[in-house]
Amino acid sequence: MKFPLLQNDGIGQAVLAVLAILTVLVPLFNLALPDGSPLHFSTYTVSLLGKYLTYALLALAMDLVWGYCGILSLGHGAFFALGGYAMGMHLMRQIGERGVYGNPLLPDFMVFLNWKELPWYWQGFDQFWFAALMMVLAPGLLAFVFGGLAFRSRVTGVYLSIITQALTYAFMLAFFRNEMGFGGNNGLTDFKDILGFNLQADGTRAALFAASGLSLILAYLASRYIVNSKLGRVVTAIRDQEARVRFLGYRVEMFKLWVFVFSAVLAGLAGALYVPQVGIINPSEFSPLNSLEIVVWVAVGGRGTLYGAVIGAILVNYAKTVFTAALPEIWLFVLGAIFVLVTLLLPDGLTGLWRRWEEQAA
Amino acid sequence: MKAMLCTPRLRTLALLALLGLALGEASGARTSDPFSASLARLKGAPLEELGAAIEQFASVQDERTSKVLQALLDGRLFYRKADGKVVIGEPAEAGYAITDAASGEQLGTAERFEVKKISLNNALRTTLRETIGRLELNAQDPAVRLRAVQAMSQAPDEKNLALLRARLETERDPKVLDALRLALALADLASEDKNVRLRAIGALQDQTGAEVVNRLNALLEKNDEGEYLEPDSDVRHMAEAALHRIQSRLQFYGAVETLFFGLSLGAVLVLSAIGLAITFGVMGVINMAHGELMMLGAYTTYVVQQLMPDQLNISLFAAIPAAFLISALVGIAIERGIIRFLYGRPLESLLATFGVSLFLQQTVRSIFSPLNRSVATPAWMSGSLQLNGALSLTLNRFYILLFCLLVFALLLQILKRTRLGLEVRAVAQNRAMAKAMGIPAERVDALTFGLGSGIAGVAGVALSQLTNVGPNLGQAYIVDSFMVVVFGGVGNLWGTLVAGFSLGIANKFLEPYSGAVLAKILVLVFIIIFIQKRPRGLFPQKGRAAEA
Amino acid sequence: MNPGAELKYPFDAETSGLWPITPPPRDSLHGPILYVEDVSVSFDGFRALNRLSLYIDDGELRCIIGPNGAGKTTMMDVITGKTRPDTGTVFFGPTIDLLKLDEPAIAEAGICRKFQKPSVFEKLSVFENLELAMRTDKRVWPTLFARLTGAQRDRIDEVLATIGLAEQSGFRAGALSHGQKQWLEIGMLLMQDPKVLLVDEPVAGMTHQELERTAELLLALEGKHSVVVVEHDMEFVRSIARKVTVLHEGSVLTEGSMDEVQNDPRVIQVYLGD
Repeated sequence: MKFPLLQNDGIGQAVLAVLAILTVLVPLFNLALPDGSPLHFSTYTVSLLGKYLTYALLALAMDLVWGYCGILSLGHGAFFALGGYAMGMHLMRQIGERGVYGNPLLPDFMVFLNWKELPWYWQGFDQFWFAALMMVLAPGLLAFVFGGLAFRSRVTGVYLSIITQALTYAFMLAFFRNEMGFGGNNGLTDFKDILGFNLQADGTRAALFAASGLSLILAYLASRYIVNSKLGRVVTAIRDQEARVRFLGYRVEMFKLWVFVFSAVLAGLAGALYVPQVGIINPSEFSPLNSLEIVVWVAVGGRGTLYGAVIGAILVNYAKTVFTAALPEIWLFVLGAIFVLVTLLLPDGLTGLWRRWEEQAA
Repeated sequence: MKAMLCTPRLRTLALLALLGLALGEASGARTSDPFSASLARLKGAPLEELGAAIEQFASVQDERTSKVLQALLDGRLFYRKADGKVVIGEPAEAGYAITDAASGEQLGTAERFEVKKISLNNALRTTLRETIGRLELNAQDPAVRLRAVQAMSQAPDEKNLALLRARLETERDPKVLDALRLALALADLASEDKNVRLRAIGALQDQTGAEVVNRLNALLEKNDEGEYLEPDSDVRHMAEAALHRIQSRLQFYGAVETLFFGLSLGAVLVLSAIGLAITFGVMGVINMAHGELMMLGAYTTYVVQQLMPDQLNISLFAAIPAAFLISALVGIAIERGIIRFLYGRPLESLLATFGVSLFLQQTVRSIFSPLNRSVATPAWMSGSLQLNGALSLTLNRFYILLFCLLVFALLLQILKRTRLGLEVRAVAQNRAMAKAMGIPAERVDALTFGLGSGIAGVAGVALSQLTNVGPNLGQAYIVDSFMVVVFGGVGNLWGTLVAGFSLGIANKFLEPYSGAVLAKILVLVFIIIFIQKRPRGLFPQKGRAAEA
Repeated sequence: MNPGAELKYPFDAETSGLWPITPPPRDSLHGPILYVEDVSVSFDGFRALNRLSLYIDDGELRCIIGPNGAGKTTMMDVITGKTRPDTGTVFFGPTIDLLKLDEPAIAEAGICRKFQKPSVFEKLSVFENLELAMRTDKRVWPTLFARLTGAQRDRIDEVLATIGLAEQSGFRAGALSHGQKQWLEIGMLLMQDPKVLLVDEPVAGMTHQELERTAELLLALEGKHSVVVVEHDMEFVRSIARKVTVLHEGSVLTEGSMDEVQNDPRVIQVYLGD
């Protein structure tokens, strides 16, 4: 291909090509072909694939911090969920009078809790531009404050992992509380439309899928640019020899913070795209288990490659869909086994296996 | 010397015993002793004479009188028409189950028509109640006397108060004495004499009961016209001061109780964290399956209870070693099977052990079902320790606090005094050197991990007494226990102890202001910020080794 | 004996070390450039440095020797900002208070350090290792959009030639031999245009040929940079030493030429025991 950005990124080129084709063809086949056609994608399938793409975007964000910068964040689910809640709040406000209680201003759960007015932090979410800003600003700001403190104090390694886990755990507990004003246990759901388009309509679903595909492609290119730049090399150097980088005169904490915030923004974007496609956001998205699952997607695909994260996220989630439908009791065994086997036997993931095989063949 | 002193005393005792025996024989043989005689007068006496009969019966110094009088008051005292024997009857099928009022002998059942109830009128009932109160007030058993005082203070008429005052002179038991003073002081509050009222308030200010607070508050109330019900301003002032004093005492007891709750929560945190402190602190291994090892301990308790359903009181003691063993074996299996390939790669061991935790959860879910299992609490652990009117401590939390300290002390001793402890510390400090000195580092790793895991199992036994035992039990504690270890300073068991207790106490003191969940969030946020300020915890390891 | 010893500072701590750093004049007539005065550091009661005072002249090549635990590495940690001393002052040039700066700022100011263990970025190429070390704007955004200029390429090639790794420019640093890694790390220091190079045990584990080349390399730096070498290998120290400082129990035992030092009875006692 002619992109200089993707030189020496053979698998990445292939992945991007497939993504680009899917982004165009899946919505097309869904909308243009009749139900009976063998190439027709049902709207259910389109939304499922769209969900996988948002997970892939989330995994990409994780790979930037973990694979390249060596920060094993066990709290990326929090950034994803914050982006999702920002989108969810917008969609709730869009419901307007069509809610069960027909209150033009207050979402149903607030009417149910007998609240009289909209909390201040719900103001502005009726405007899409504001909500869109919040989808990246809320996770970005959290990452900025948290990362700023942590990296300045040189909290590294497992310590960082543990406190990021505590962070998302604290968020989960907080969002479970009804008084927080985010719908408590049930979260936000029963969305009606987005930007004036009915969320149940095939066309909207197809458009959301295309948006997810496009976001993933752009995020991939941006991430590739970053890891190919000198900044990418500094970040890799920090991963391998943090002290050395500091003695070379780089402000390590600023580099980590920058990557962490960028990654959080990508995660927030993924969450925002995820919510309208699955139709719900609730506090369980903050659970520590979710964040750990993101790590395993990246590990399965092969960390520090970007494309590995995309492939891993899609593979693991496809497996999850298959298993939870057919043998729900088995899924946790499978997931547990993946964690153990990948860390013990496949430190470079499946794509690492592929690369090794390719090298041997050459 | 001692033996010689003993002998004559023993002899006297024996003699006394013989004498008692002989007396007992004699009283049993005689049929017309004072008790039986006055008992006989109760039956068939006309109502106007019954009062005197009761009075006379009550004056007999005998253990049995109050029981008979109580039966009379309750309408359970009869005499058999056939032989005139006075009996106590309990309603039974088709009649009464009767016992001899004098001897307590079971006489089987009697049909309704076979017995005649000794009946009373209202006036007699009142006197009888007083008589019983007086009798009980002078009973041998302090618990009976205490009950009598409390009952009489509910009806503080002149007669009762006179009885209480009389008893005050002779009473020796401190609890009964307290109750007497309280009852009298409460009664004195209604006195006409201002000085008596003042004295009563003075006596009441060291009490904490709700009734005292109510009565003192009543002194400060106004009637509908806005006038004080208590005319005297001195009394009002003193009542106010006394109330103030009582409130601050109650507050103090409240604080003590919160402290206790905090300590017991801290004990749970410490128990769940010290196993982790070993595997994480000493070995540098992040074991995400630690919570699941606790869960295994809790399930072991459940299984042991199922295996020995009749020995509930001791099954817990059997469960402790069993839980230790099972969790330790699983821990060793994890170490040998996975972790030993990942030393020096803490992030990888974190992920792999998390995989194990999912595996263990699902295993338990498949075997025991996803529903919670209930683990019974043995009798000696239920109930509470009543320290005074305002302060009581639940026994199960108390025992868990003790248990936590015991486990901690034991662990400290193991690390300090045993060969294994020495080897563990040696390997932790300098693996290569320890190996060079012939310490089998691999075996020590396995045993250390086993020890940490076993303690997790033991913690699970304690948890089974506090929370539901389900497959997700471990997950609820893993974040907390990591926080405790990190807060205390990795590699420092004392740090873990201090951190666990202080977080527990902080949590419980925050709860009244913020609610339980928010308290937990606040504590989490505090630790997150604290770690930013002091990344190595409360008690950091210093020196160059710590920086490497 | 040492000109720095009499030097009094006409500056107080308030005005020194202000941000941004203004580099002192390049050559202060071979006067001292690094002042370590009365520095003490203890770890858990163990005194790693005990009122250590040391002065390094501009352009000087200084060797520091001493038995294990004498405080050599701790001294470097203090100078480069890794460890904060309990007491004492450390000045770079007359104006820069190093105790007020952190590691990147000290590196930026011109004090660079080679670690005891070779620490190069093994996954990056030799060229990239030097590129990262290069003196340039090291803030985040400029780094993201950095493009190498011709002059910068030339500079990298120049250093590659100096350290004798021109052939290996495209190799992954992890593939280099142990000695080559040591040279690469010295090359990384040179890329930073430092005024002071702190070199911790540069020849540990080197073959004899490698050792000789390293000696040449360090000698070639003398005059252009101040070089402080901490080394155990006496033969190596003898081959490069002008002035030797002996550390013992956290303070300076003696200073002088290699011959003077080796014949000092106190040094003999420290090294050989009674």
